[in-house]
Amino acid sequence: MEALSRWQPKSRAARWFESRLPLGSLIHSSFIAFPTPRNLNYWWTFGGILAFMLAVQIVTGIVLAMHYIPSSDGAFNSVEAIMRDVNYGWLLRYIHANGASMFFVAVYIHMFRGLYYGSYKAPREVLWIIGVLLFLLMVATAFLGYVLPWGQMSYWAATVITNLFGAIPVVGEAISTWLWGGFAVGQPLLNRFFSLHYLLPFMIAGLVVLHIWALHVPGNGNPLGINVKSRQDTLPFHPYYTTKDLFGLAVFVLFFAWFVFVQPNYLGHPDNYVPADPLVTPSHIVPEWYFLPFYAILRAIPSKLGGVIAFGGAIVVLFFVPWLDRSKVRSARFRPVFKTFFWLLVACAVGLGYLGSQPAEGSYLTISRFLTAYYFAFFLIVLPLLGKMEKTKPLPTSISEAVLNDGKTAARAEA
Amino acid sequence: MDHSTSAQPDSAHPDHPQDPGRRDFIYIAAATVGAVGVGLVAWPFIDQMNPDEAQLALATIEVDISAVEPGMSLTVQWRGKPVFIRHRTEEEIAAARAVPLTDLKDQTARNANLPADALATDENRAAEGHEAILIMVGVCTHLGCVPLGDAGDFGGWFCPCHGSHYDTAGRIRLGPAPFNLDVPVVNFLDDATVRIG
Repeated sequence: MEALSRWQPKSRAARWFESRLPLGSLIHSSFIAFPTPRNLNYWWTFGGILAFMLAVQIVTGIVLAMHYIPSSDGAFNSVEAIMRDVNYGWLLRYIHANGASMFFVAVYIHMFRGLYYGSYKAPREVLWIIGVLLFLLMVATAFLGYVLPWGQMSYWAATVITNLFGAIPVVGEAISTWLWGGFAVGQPLLNRFFSLHYLLPFMIAGLVVLHIWALHVPGNGNPLGINVKSRQDTLPFHPYYTTKDLFGLAVFVLFFAWFVFVQPNYLGHPDNYVPADPLVTPSHIVPEWYFLPFYAILRAIPSKLGGVIAFGGAIVVLFFVPWLDRSKVRSARFRPVFKTFFWLLVACAVGLGYLGSQPAEGSYLTISRFLTAYYFAFFLIVLPLLGKMEKTKPLPTSISEAVLNDGKTAARAEA
Repeated sequence: MDHSTSAQPDSAHPDHPQDPGRRDFIYIAAATVGAVGVGLVAWPFIDQMNPDEAQLALATIEVDISAVEPGMSLTVQWRGKPVFIRHRTEEEIAAARAVPLTDLKDQTARNANLPADALATDENRAAEGHEAILIMVGVCTHLGCVPLGDAGDFGGWFCPCHGSHYDTAGRIRLGPAPFNLDVPVVNFLDDATVRIG
């Protein structure tokens, strides 16, 4: 890597600047010459897509904040004014609102990619942990933002979530009151949520820098899960992966644009076009789709505190994945049993998402209990045991051999 | 970093090679003062989020209940929350009194006018001296939704969010809510006017 990072600017002015702040060689070594495994597939483009989505949300968010009024009397009307009066306000708000959903589409794919290919294993544990922290910040930011339009769903989402803290023994009620700045969700809460919703994306941006730094120390993982052994195993990031990432991004933006221009309210709830009313709860309140699996876990536990613990635990358990998975083999391609359990986990997450949108009663509740049990069992039982019990397939000797021979050598080795 | 240089145990304390304890004391004392200072500065930044004077000033309201006939309910807003004032019918009172305490999920009255360990009998839930009047904070003790009146399996209230059923005395009977609906501090100024808070 050292040898590739030598970069000399051509003009004298650039050399003068470079000797004082070597920004050019940092960019050159990180995003141009950076040696990247030659076998990355399209699942690896979602990191770049996520960076793009963060930029989209920050830019549209800053512009929306120029028209939004964070007051319990003015918020709903100011959002309607954005939709009806502000030039292109409808477009900016639909990009921002659907952008949040697309951000979660991309992050869930990115996280499942990491699980499938064992991206969290040594030496990338810190990279993974920063990723989980980023996910937590995203969850917080999305929730805070959802409250701002001050519709019925906004108001009651804020009520239900801030009441979760009330489940904490002894100090719970004081924490809820502190969050509200009053005795219920109201003006003080809306005002501080707006402030924090503006702050958190910049904290995310800061952590993204650490995430990329932690990625660039060991370098990218790859679908085979074996280490880079020689220069033959890699390609320079530019133009190979800049092009691949841009193509993946373009397809993703088409998908995004379809929602913005054709179905802008498909992912939202009609109730949020009704102004917040502290005296009436809508008959069926559900969170946005990206929180539904966690919401199903919350409701599956028949105790208030237990539900809150499971809800938090569902995310906290991700921090420990690098140590729960005892297998030395990274990629699921060589772990047939793990692969089955992995796809069951994906099905389980989708199933919990569906159940979270349904009323919490009868067989919906029973099934969500089974799926919640599987979710935790995957991390706490399956991962540790498979590391000891699973018979893995033989690994190819190198990336270049597996790729350039189109896998023929590996297949022969297996036979 | 090279850790293999020859041992120099006193290099950190060249002035007092025999007495590292004095230096440690200074470090610990300085760090302690620093930590206390950070805590003192942090407190205003934390406490600013607690309810301010304007929020606290809204802490009591007076309500005229003379128009609330038996079988009718009134919902008023107190501290930003709904408060249900229900004038119960004879049948509702009888139904609530017929329930043995052992059938209740939460056997404490949750009545701010009574000691904390008062039992959840119908008498302890209804307003003192006005057994037909039930005054409760209309906030589900599960996650804070507003329950619907005249609904649920027990003829009382039903929370649509996560399916908690309350009876005609506002006591939790079925569902995830852990406690009975809270009874706030109430004072009857006369037969028609009640002060909440």
